[in-house]
Order: sequence, then structure tokens, then C-alpha cells
Amino acid sequence: MTDMNNHVVVIGAGHNGLVCAAYLARAGRQVTVLEAAEQPGGAAITREFAPGFKVSAAAHLLYMLDENVRKELSLDTAGLSFSQQDMKTTALAEDGNHLVMSKDAVQGANISSEDQAAMKEYRRLMGRFARLLHRMNNRIPPRVGSGNRDDTIGLAKTALAIRMLGRKDMREFLRMAGINMYDILQEYFDNPLLKGALSMEGVLGAKLGPRSNNSVFCALHRMSGMQGTALPAGGMGTVSDALASAAQKLGVKIRTSAAVTKVLLQGDRVGGVELQDGERITAGTVVSSADPKTTFLNLVGAKNLEAGFVRKIHNYRSFGNAAKLHLALQGPPEFKALNQSQLGDRLLIAPDMDYVERAFNHVKYGEHSAQPVLEITIPSLYDDSLAPAGQHVLSAVVQYAPYQLKSDWHNGKPVFTGQVIDTLAKYAPGIRDQILHCELLTPVDIEKEFRISGGHWHHGELALDQFMMLRPVPRAAQYASPLNGLFMCGAGSHPGGGVMGSAGRNAARAILALESSEGQQP
Amino acid sequence: MQKYDAIVIGAGHNGLTNGAFLAKAGLNVLLLEKNDYIGGASTSRELHKNWIYSNASYVSSLLRPEVYRSMNLAKYGLQVVPYGGNATLSRDGDYIGSYVDPDASRREMARLSPRDADAKLRFDRDIMRQSRFIRKFLLRTAPDPTSFRPRDLVEMFTMGKEMLKMGEDVIYDMMRLYTMSISDYLDEYFEHPLIKASKAGSGIIGSAMGVMSPGTAYVLLHHAMGDVDGNMGAWGFARGGTGAIASAMADCFLDHGGTLRKEAGVEQILVRNGKVTGVALQNGDEYQADIVVSDMTLPRTFLECMDEKDLDPEFIRKVRNFKIRGSSGKVNIALDGLPEFTALEDNPELIKGDLHVVDSVERLERAYDDWKNGTWSKDPYLDILIPTLTDPTMAPPGKHFMSVFVQYVPPKVNGKDWTSDLRDQFAETVFNQIEAYAPGFRDLILHAEVRTPFELENDIGLTEGNIFHGELTIDQLLFNRPIPGYAQYRGPAKGLYMCGSSNHPGGGIMAAPGANAAREILRDIRKPNTVPEGWMDD
Amino acid sequence: MNRISGNKTVGVIDYSSKDHYRTKVFPSPFYSRQEPLNHLKEWGRWADYLSPRAYTSADMEYFACRNACAVFDLTPMTKYRISGADALAYLNRLVTRDVEKIKPGRVGYTVWCADDGRVVDDGTIFHLRENRYRLCSQERHLDWLLTNAMGFDVAVEDETHEVAALALQGPTSCAVLKKMGLGDIESMKPFDIRFFDLENTGLMISRTGFTGDLGYELWIEPQYAELLWDRLFEAGRLYGIQPMGDEALAMLRVEAGFIQANHEFLNANATVRSSHTRSPFELGLGWLVHFDKPNFNGRKALLEEKQRGHRYNLVKLDINGNKPATDSYVFTTGKKFAGTVTSATWSPSAKASIALATLKAPHGRPGEEFLVEIYYQKELKWSRVMARARVVEGVFFDPPRRRQTPPADF
Repeated sequence: MTDMNNHVVVIGAGHNGLVCAAYLARAGRQVTVLEAAEQPGGAAITREFAPGFKVSAAAHLLYMLDENVRKELSLDTAGLSFSQQDMKTTALAEDGNHLVMSKDAVQGANISSEDQAAMKEYRRLMGRFARLLHRMNNRIPPRVGSGNRDDTIGLAKTALAIRMLGRKDMREFLRMAGINMYDILQEYFDNPLLKGALSMEGVLGAKLGPRSNNSVFCALHRMSGMQGTALPAGGMGTVSDALASAAQKLGVKIRTSAAVTKVLLQGDRVGGVELQDGERITAGTVVSSADPKTTFLNLVGAKNLEAGFVRKIHNYRSFGNAAKLHLALQGPPEFKALNQSQLGDRLLIAPDMDYVERAFNHVKYGEHSAQPVLEITIPSLYDDSLAPAGQHVLSAVVQYAPYQLKSDWHNGKPVFTGQVIDTLAKYAPGIRDQILHCELLTPVDIEKEFRISGGHWHHGELALDQFMMLRPVPRAAQYASPLNGLFMCGAGSHPGGGVMGSAGRNAARAILALESSEGQQP
Repeated sequence: MQKYDAIVIGAGHNGLTNGAFLAKAGLNVLLLEKNDYIGGASTSRELHKNWIYSNASYVSSLLRPEVYRSMNLAKYGLQVVPYGGNATLSRDGDYIGSYVDPDASRREMARLSPRDADAKLRFDRDIMRQSRFIRKFLLRTAPDPTSFRPRDLVEMFTMGKEMLKMGEDVIYDMMRLYTMSISDYLDEYFEHPLIKASKAGSGIIGSAMGVMSPGTAYVLLHHAMGDVDGNMGAWGFARGGTGAIASAMADCFLDHGGTLRKEAGVEQILVRNGKVTGVALQNGDEYQADIVVSDMTLPRTFLECMDEKDLDPEFIRKVRNFKIRGSSGKVNIALDGLPEFTALEDNPELIKGDLHVVDSVERLERAYDDWKNGTWSKDPYLDILIPTLTDPTMAPPGKHFMSVFVQYVPPKVNGKDWTSDLRDQFAETVFNQIEAYAPGFRDLILHAEVRTPFELENDIGLTEGNIFHGELTIDQLLFNRPIPGYAQYRGPAKGLYMCGSSNHPGGGIMAAPGANAAREILRDIRKPNTVPEGWMDD
Repeated sequence: MNRISGNKTVGVIDYSSKDHYRTKVFPSPFYSRQEPLNHLKEWGRWADYLSPRAYTSADMEYFACRNACAVFDLTPMTKYRISGADALAYLNRLVTRDVEKIKPGRVGYTVWCADDGRVVDDGTIFHLRENRYRLCSQERHLDWLLTNAMGFDVAVEDETHEVAALALQGPTSCAVLKKMGLGDIESMKPFDIRFFDLENTGLMISRTGFTGDLGYELWIEPQYAELLWDRLFEAGRLYGIQPMGDEALAMLRVEAGFIQANHEFLNANATVRSSHTRSPFELGLGWLVHFDKPNFNGRKALLEEKQRGHRYNLVKLDINGNKPATDSYVFTTGKKFAGTVTSATWSPSAKASIALATLKAPHGRPGEEFLVEIYYQKELKWSRVMARARVVEGVFFDPPRRRQTPPADF
């Protein structure tokens, strides 16, 4: 039976599943990854959405990939390459007076020297806090109040890291970490376009407006990858392909079109999984990269868990608020007063904070924004593989679009798509005539296509009450679940979403540490 | 020029408390009040003939019993009388009531949702767990987490120990409660919209946040952690109006030899060589003292009553960034008779308590959207009380006083100052809202005082009209209140202290900031402590 | 989707009416019969209902129960109807004991826990028929029961007010029922359920009780409550039947060694001080924890506790002297604090001062001796004694008739 005991099944070949599998294989475990889709990648894939047009279907920018993962799994030799790195961000102004933000400068939009100076301090401070978070990202969150030695050390390390900020910055950290972008940006800046653009960093993917507390934390989380924004050559699928091939090199078996429908139990612990076609695969350890609700409520089943835990999972907030727009364009779009070189930047439509806040207001009531905010890329400018020659792909994250639309998405989708295109057309007046094909993925579509319950790209809201030792829920935040032998390695665990791989890496470490402390192969 | 041991600026309840404890320790204390009446927001005045208005703060629960007893407030005439229950009225004529009798309250919830009626046990348990923790630190000075001084380390350790005593799961609950929105928090307990709405109001009273804003769950705790005679979360009236609290405190202060001067607005706190030397009044008088204690809000103290030269620019920047946004208004009304709320037609019990008009969390959140847009809520959240149903001293027999707290009301309307025209329009909104639930109400109005944040600031010095002297969010709580590094009641100049609600543990008629500041002052000048310790209930 | 609901019940209490507030405590369906018999006019409150403390004399009611038979109104007890294809699976995840062993027509005593292994409540499961159960308890748990229903095909409904119930307890109880014409009643074994037709109304009888004596519980729709009471008292006239109130029951249940919520333990879902809750082991209910079934609330925590050991032992104390040890501290013979008394009474049957007490583990071995600190007052003079006490193993009063089938005839 050692064979079965040494066998690990990883559910889902998303980036975290692949990373976790690779690390477990590297440690000598026999690992099979089971993926429901026809290709590995989960929400980090490139797929055709119109004949000849390919796009990163969910995540479209890479800015958080864990450098440990990249190094330790030799992703660069496994095929990871970029068509664009350290991308600039251009915040679009309706009057064409755009604002350009690069790594260390901010220009345009009549920005004052005071704002430029403030930007330096803002970046310094946020950078320090992001680095703090960066360090947390690669740690297994400690429990609080467990009395366990390792947890106490973990907490002490966290406290020490905060103290190392020094008295002045530490005080700012304690003040800022829990509040909102609106207040902080008001403190620092005057320029509305700058504030609008920066506020967006705190609300992307979240059910938050600039005035909502938690948005500073979300912005820091985005920054905590400590990397510039990049476009992988060939789209996000390249990242997954590299991960898959790195994993396979380490001996991981990847099976696609193998949808797990059930986690099987054997007495007190997991015994394997069952596939859609009824096939049963035995394993001593099962690691799920699916979101927590899918994992526990669908695959394990509430019946097999304790009721208090089920309630916590049920209360985990995981309804998505962002949609994804894909346009096949017959030529490069023309944005007002935007030159060809800027067109390839990360483009934002978030003209001021109140605009973003108003867009957010709708989602609170189960409506989609009347005037949405957008994060746009045109990856085909740098990558011929994505569109026929001379034609282009526009990919945009669109907010806000609630999973639970009060009307319903069947009727709501055409309306919302129209509003999104209208918004785009304000900045790129001719774009409507260039559209060959248009695809809008609502959170409901995202749920269906990527099997993420609620269609939330972070597998659940990123907020202080769902972070670190609270993610996804208290007492199950160290990657182990209440069921012996079942682990979590997806974005629903610390440190959450974004194509990072840290959850997968941390999970592998947690699994190996737990098993070695038990002094046995389970 | 007369010299005192200490000068306290502002005869609000915290200033009075602070002055009383200093006087009790033998200090020669001068208490200065800009108005011709005392109490600040803890006041009640005859604004209509034979009617006493509690025209700012109108109920009491947080007042620390330790302070009450130590200041002998009963001897000086104070009585706090609990009032019964509350009701939240919905537009469709239904309501959810809360009765003094717990079984009746349970049955009332079960009327709408049997499940919620039982979930309330879990909700109360969890709120009580958190209240018990925070109550231990109300009469203590918050430690500075960046400090290595033994005193701060010991206090941090105490806090950690108390936290561990709660147990692992309750610590997680705490981390969540302090960061969640009241709306998400309630979703984890209740299913019925009216029940959720009835609880959500506590999460936004006095706060410039919406029920869906993360951070509002704590505000609910702030309203739940008080008690009347050990009944946690219960609220009561000061007999004779809220001013009875201030007047009893003032009598205590005077009895201990303190000097009180009204109509003595402070122009400037005087500082020489980094030390306070006294104060200059608006009328030109000057008084000397080595200790000056401000009961005013943080911005008023430092931005209006001090010379910029005497302060560090970084400190000033932080004061400017202190969040003290007005979000509430108050309409005080003399009534010719008792209004009849349609929903409560057959229910003489509930009308004695708090009445709220709201029927869903969404409606509350939309009221906040108006505030964000720079206007008062067109469908405002109201906290209505008729104290004269409990307290016979406030109006002639058969007549009534009605206190209406209104959320949300911005400090400026669309960026512009309030005008009397706008104020009338605002009053119309409030009157119409009440009329919709109590037809005929308008005909009963004999007189009304309408207070927007503009009046709250100008009359009683609440910056921007914020009733708590600053938002109660985690960036401004405990060692962050009012601003990190100044959370131990000491100002940036030697001899300068702060005792108002801008300081830990914040607003509401609690008297804790005033008492805590007195303890710190007496400690600095090595005088015996006259401030009682917290009872630390187990 | 599973069918889960919290219904609005009708019965004596109409939850749909706002007017409920005019009545803070409601008369039970038996009120019209209880009221004239309640000579003392002392009513206590039990949940929504008026509950007589004693009708004439608690002591005499006690002896009626031990000597003849006594009737106690248990309508206020919380009752849940649990039905559906997954009812058994649902209950098996909810409670610690193996519910599969409770066959249709049988009753089982059980305890249920939160995830942390701390007791939420104890109560009885009535297996009425296939896929249909009744769960009876002292506290209310609809929130917890519905939380437990997630993922199960089960309906959970509060039927407290839809069922009126009387306990008929004591040595002549079987004879009274026989006299009422309920055929073959004597063949009912302890924990059996039978259904009878009482003048065209459905009457359910279970051989259960809270007195440790021979006894039955009778369940009927509220509109027939008075009929049931009348028939019972007519039949019992020659068998010494008496109504009995809360005070007598409190004596009986301590003699029988039964625990009660809010005395021996607290509802873990409502307890503020989380360390004040108790596990089944700490209540001496380890025998109700069946680890051989796969998943139930608290299983993991209880397994750990079983290995690690528990913090308290609930014991029965036989105390020297005749002063009831209410609210007493318990010390070791070396005068070290050992625990507290949770329930105490004078036992008229055992002629002893008896108590249930929670002691810090490992204290509480059978035969272990302690000192119980008792304060008592005689004609305004307060005295304190340190009474010797001994842990006893069995219950204080355990007549064979309790289990005897068929019961003795009278």
C-alpha cells in the first residue's frame, strides 16, 4: 500500500495546482494532477475567442509571479518568456490629456510638482509596506492563540517585521493598512486623474470602492509581487505551459479532461477522488486547487464535514465583481491623443475617484456599473501570435459586474456590453467600427468556464477578514483542511489570487512539513 | 494675571470629569467654557418655553459606572433611567420590536424569522465576548506598540494576555469584527431583511461610512458595549435631560474647589520653549498654568487654538488628516401631543424606546450614497426618541419632546456651506420622513430646532459636526487614537494634555477619556491618583 | 436543493400576530385544568409558558410520584420535527451517538456538540417512523439545526407549540393508563413508543421520563389537551394521581442523576466564556460518544480529548448531614479547592443530602471523599459547615420498577 500512500492527487491544473504538484514531486512524491479542462492552466490560459484571435482568457497581466517559484522550478528554461515587461500605466483622460506612470516617474495631465514629489513618498511608503506583505506571502500563516511553538515564532516574526519598519513607518502602517484609498490619496495628491488611477489599484477584482476600507490593503496586495507588470509571450497560457512542463520534468503526471466530482473518504481521512466518468483514483493525500466552496461544499460535501466549519465556508465571501472583455479588432484602436507607443501600455479608464466610487455604487445593489472602470491591454501589439497580421486583440478587466445581478445576466449582458463599449468609445471614438467580434465574460461565465464558485478571480474576496490566518477561514488557513489528508493550495488560501504561485508553494511546504512531523508517510 | 495649577478647556462631560479628578487631587483648576451653558454635547436646555431639549446627545449607556460612583454623581442629582425597547418600522407597515422582556423579544423576532430568533443567542454571545474584552481597556491608557518603555511593554503584554484568555476562535472573531462591514457581519447571523436592518443602524450612527463599508462592524460594538446597571447594551435617559449629567459633574467639580468660567472662549493655548504657559481668551484675558488640558476635538485644539509655530509640521499634517467627518444631524421638536405611528397603533410599549425607520440594509446604504454625493440623505435613517414618555420633567403634562437623530447629513452641501434655506429643506426631509410613518405628526409640531453639522460645530465645537470627535475606525482606535504616538493624552508640548473624545476610547458620554487623561496628568506631576480603576468584570 | 425551513407555528402561540407582546408568558394547553388545582398560585416561567412551581406542596407531589403517580406538564419543552430522506444521516452528523441504533418506535437519549466538542444540549430523539424523528431538548436550536441541514435532504421544523405533552410518572402510572383503556400498555419496554386512539384523537405514548421511576410521556395535539388531562385524572382517581410542579421534579431528577442545561452545562452556542462549556466526557456522558460512526460534530476534538484527558468530572455526592448543599464549593479533605456543586437537594427516598458536582479532573473517583462547604440559616443565624461527602457510583434512587416489563399491576 505504500504506493497508494505516496500517491498525491492534485485537483486542478491551475497555476497553484501545478506549482504545488511540482514541489511535491521534487520532494519525491508521486503526483497526479487532474484537470477538468482540455488544457492545463485554470484561469491562466490563452484561448481562441474568435477565429484567429487569441487572448489570456481570465488573468491578462503578470505582476505577482513568485520569484522563488520562477527560480526553483526553472520556469525560464521551461518556456516562460515575455513580450513586454515593466509596462507603463496610462490613465486615460477624456480630453486626451493622459497621465503616464512608469516605475519612477509620473507625467502628463498637468501634474503638479507637489504631486510628483508626493508620488515619490507615496511609492516609498507603499513600497515598504508591500515588501512586508511580500515577505508574508511566502510564509505559512501562523495561528493566533494556539499556544503552539511554531505559531508563536511565526507571530513573533510578523511582529518583528512590522517593528523593523521603524517607529515612523510602523505607525503609518498601523494606521493605513486597514483603511481606504480615497482618504490616503486625498492626503497625498491633488490631481484627480492620478487619484482615480491609483484608487483603481485598490479595487481591482474586489467588491470595494475607493472609499471602502480594505482598499489600501488590496492595493498593497497587488504591489506585493514586487515586480513590474508584464505580458507573457503568447499570453497567460505560456506561464501555465511552462509550469506544466516544469512539473512534468519533475515527474508529475498531468491528466486533462479529468473532472473530479468527488473527494473519496476512507474512515477518518481521504482515500482518493472520483472522476466524472466514475473512475476512482486512490491517493493518500489529496490537494485541491479549487476554490474553498467548490472543494468543501461540492467535492467533499457538507455531510462529511462538521457543521460549524460548513457554516464558515458558507459565509466565505466569494462572489465576483469583475467582468472580462475581449475584442477582436480589425486594426489598432485609436485612442484620443494617444500615440502608438503608449497604446501598448496598461490603459486605465478611471478618470477620478468619484467616478470609480459611482461605478462601485451599483454593485452594492446587484446592478452593473452604468459607467464602468476598465483596465485595458492590447497584447497583440507586442505579440503576433495572438491575432492575424494587422488585426488586434483588446483585453480588458471591467468593473463592476456582480455575480448576483438583480435582473439576470441573460438580459443584462447585452446591456452591460453596450455600456462598456460606450465607455470605451468615449476614449477611442472609432472603436465601435473596428470590432469584428466581442466577448464579455461575466462572473457567471467565469464561474462556468473556470469552475470558480462565484466567479471571483481571487477565489474569494481579498480583505483583512479573509487574509493570512483567516483565509479562507480560521483554523483552515494553514493549507490543511479538517479532513486528514486533504489540503488546499489555491487562491482561496493565503496569500490569495493573482498569478503568483505562492499558495501552491506554501501548501507543498505545509504538506511536507506536516507529514514529516507525523514521522510517516500517510 | 492669575495662575492656576491646571486649566481645562471645554466644559463637556470629559472636561468636567477631568477637572473634577484634578481638583479632587488638590489642584487649583480653572475650567473654561465658551458658551453660557455647560455640557458641550452633554447638555439640555429650555429652547422652547417649558420644554427641556436634550438637543445634542440624548441617551446614555456608556457612562462608566466607576466614574459615576467615584464622582458621587447621585449625590449631585444624577439619575439614569433605562427606557424600554426599540422598534424599527418598515414602509409596508410592519416593524420589528425589541422588548424589555427577553422572551417577548425572542417571540417578536420569531414572528419574522424563527431561525433568526435563535441565531440571536449566537450573535449576542459573540458581541458580548468582544465587549468584555474592550471594556477592560476603557479606563486604561493604550500602550504604544512602537515603544520599548517598560510601561508600554507591560500594557501590551496585558492586552495580549487578555486576548489569549478569550481563546483562539474568539481572537479570530475579533480580527474579523474589527475589519468587516456591519452588513457582511450580520449576514453571518441573520436572514430576515428587517432584522438585519434593525441591527445595522448601530454600525453607522455618527460614522461617515455606509453599512457596507468594511470597518462598520466595530461601530456596532461601540454601541453595544455599554450597560445600564449591568444590562449590557441597554440605554437610558438622564432624568431631566442629558444636561443633568454635566450639571452633576459640574457640581462635583465645584465641590472640590474648582473654578468654572462660562462665556470664556479660548483664543490660544500659550506655549513658550516647548512648554505651555497658559491660555489667552477671546476677550483678551489671559490665565497662566503649567498644565493645560483640552477637551476640544483634535483639530480644534491644534489647528484653531494654537500657533502653528509651536507645532511640528509633521504633527500638523497628521492632525489635518485626522478623520472627523460630520455625518449626522439632529432635529429637536416640541410636540403638542403624542404622534401616532401607524405601525405602532396598537402598541403603546414600543413607542417608549428608540424608533428607527428603515427596512433594509440596502436602504441604509443608499442613504450613505447621498452623503458621498455631498447632500443629506433624501431617505434618511432616523433614530427617534420621545424621552417625555419616560421622563416627566421635560415637557408640560400631555406634551412631548421628540429627539430625532438623522443620518446622513454632510458638513457641507455640495461643497458649500449650509444656509438657512438648505437647513429648512433638510428639516422638510426629516419631517416628511416622520410624517410618512406617523400621519398627522406635522400638525403637532410647536417648535423645532434643526441642527446640521454646521450648528453642531459652531454651537458646541464638534469639528465638522462629528459626534464622536473623530471616526471610530481601526486607524483611529486604541493606540492609533487620535493619532499614533499621541494616544496617551499628552500633546506635543510639555504640560499640554488632551481629554476629549478624540482620544481613547472615543465618543459617547463615557467620561473615560477625561478620567484617563486625569490619571496621566497626576502621574506626570507625581500626585496621588484620584481616578478609579476599571472593574474588570470577569 | 434540500428542503430547509423555519416554519411559523400555530398553536397556543400565534407567531404571526404582532399582539403577542401583550402576553409575556402564555398559558399551556392544560391551563384550564392546572389553574384550579394550583392552590398556591405560584407560577414559574418555562420558555413561553406558565409552569406551576408546586400545586399544593412540592414534598407531597414528590411522594405522589415515588409512591403512586404524578402528572407533570412538559408542553414547554422544545420539540423539533425532523423529516426527509436524509433525516437519519442528518441526525447522525448532528449528535454524538449512533442514531441508526434507534429503531422506529424507539427513543434514544443523546447529546450534541459544536465543532469544538463542547456540548450544545442534551435531549431525546424519538424515531416516530421511517424518515421521521422528533428531537426534544430544553434549549432552542433552530439556527444550529438549520445550519446542520446544509447539504442534507431534510426538513427541520419547530413543533414545540403543536404538541402538548404530559409526563405521568410513578409506580401506578401503568395501571392508570390501563384503566384509561389503552390496551397492552404493560408490554411497552423502556424507551418504546406506541400510538393510541383516544376517543378519535391520536395519542402517542413513550415510556420515558425525567424522574428515574416507572413512567410514561403522553403526546397529543393541543386542542385535545384538556381531554387527555380529564381522562387521565378520571382513570387515576383511585391510583393516587396528583399534579406535580417544577420543584418536585427538580428533586426527582437529582435523585435519578439526570443532568440539566444551565445547571450542569451550558449551550456552547450561547456561552460567552468559551472555557465554561463542557464536553460529553466532562458530564460523564462518554458512553454516548460513538467514535465508530464516521463523521459527527465534535468528533475530531473529542478524539483528541479522549487521548489528552478531560478537565472536569461530573459526580454524584452523598453528603453528611441534612443541609442541602446548594451552590456549595467542594474541597478535598486537605481543604484544596476541587469544584462546585451544580444541583443539590434533600433526597426524601435516600434520606440523604445529595448533589451533582463538577470537580476538576482527576478528582471524582467513586468513593473519593470531599468536604462540601455549606452555608445555612436557622432563625436568622447563619452557619457554615464543612460536610464530609463521598462520590457515589450509581444513582441515589433506582427502583427496579423503573425497568420492569410488564410493570407491577395495582
